[in-house]
Amino acid sequence: MPEATGDRAPSSCRELFAVFTRLALQGFGGVLPVAQRELVERERWLSREQFLRMLSLAQVLPGPNVINLALMIGDRYFGWRGAAAALGGMLLAPLALVLLLAMLALRLQDWPLVTGALRGMGVAAAGLVLATAVKLGAGLRRNVLGLPLVALGVALTLIAVGVLRWPLVWVVLGLGIVSCSAAWWRLPR
Amino acid sequence: MTTLLWGPLGLGTAEWLQLFVHFLALSLLAIGGAMTTAPDMQRFVVGERGWLSDAQFTASVALAQAAPGPNVLFVAVIGFNIGGLAGMLATMAGTLLPSTTLALTATRWGDRRRESRVLRAFTAGLAPLTIGLLLATGWILLEPARTHPGTAVLVVATLWLMLRTTWSPLWPIALGAGVGAAGLL
Repeated sequence: MPEATGDRAPSSCRELFAVFTRLALQGFGGVLPVAQRELVERERWLSREQFLRMLSLAQVLPGPNVINLALMIGDRYFGWRGAAAALGGMLLAPLALVLLLAMLALRLQDWPLVTGALRGMGVAAAGLVLATAVKLGAGLRRNVLGLPLVALGVALTLIAVGVLRWPLVWVVLGLGIVSCSAAWWRLPR
Repeated sequence: MTTLLWGPLGLGTAEWLQLFVHFLALSLLAIGGAMTTAPDMQRFVVGERGWLSDAQFTASVALAQAAPGPNVLFVAVIGFNIGGLAGMLATMAGTLLPSTTLALTATRWGDRRRESRVLRAFTAGLAPLTIGLLLATGWILLEPARTHPGTAVLVVATLWLMLRTTWSPLWPIALGAGVGAAGLL
């Protein structure tokens, strides 16, 4: 086991699985706030600083952030078996639930009440994603690129992907390389 | 039973593979979370293939948001609505395999070099793209309802609840369901 964390540690892969299942099932509209509460405050597997450090790395890596976080925590204690246990805990029970919901929606899709409700939920879901963008966007003010370049990057991405519907791969590679190079230039050596 | 396993469209093996490969390719492009690749998923499954309608795509994301668990599960619902349990396996495995492999191999490497200039340039450079992609996702999810005047009101209400109160995201979803079921959208 690497360096000591928090002041407690999971005793087995089973415990990892159980704790991640418990926290995933509490996470409505995002698991991250629950993860911090359960792992740092309740289980005390990680200190607040360790949690933030792992999270910042999980966010740099591509892929779902909380999934990356679960893998990293599981791996820290029990190697790949721990990573698998944490991942399974995070995904299996919520997956079963959401599939039941999807099946139910599929069965009821001819009811106008249900189509209407789904339509409204869709609008709210879009609003939730936009709210995330606004919240995270506040952090852009401290970005090394400076506000004009940041705004240009946001606008070009939105137009290329949202309006012109260009394939993501070209936008991320093209704009991403330009943007990262500009950031590299501007960072102190 | 067949519908449960293979979905309502009767996808063949070749199409199943195309679905898997497209989500596999998107996996490593998911900078800042899986939701940033939703526009490209929509472009492929709705625009290019016609496997789902705009409304079905948005509803898939909404259902996942209404259930507990990580947001990435919207990928599972999209897969399930296209190709049943097999479709779900294609989209989830495609989305998770490359990124989990990378996360496991990069963890120790990255933890030591967290302060390096290259990694900081990478994070700072991609941040504006992440926000642009989230805005694009929101815009695309509104596709089925964009012209309706009630849509703007509900979006503003959702933004207000999320940015100005500490209410759970479940409330805007419930509000949307109520407003939609009442036929106001």
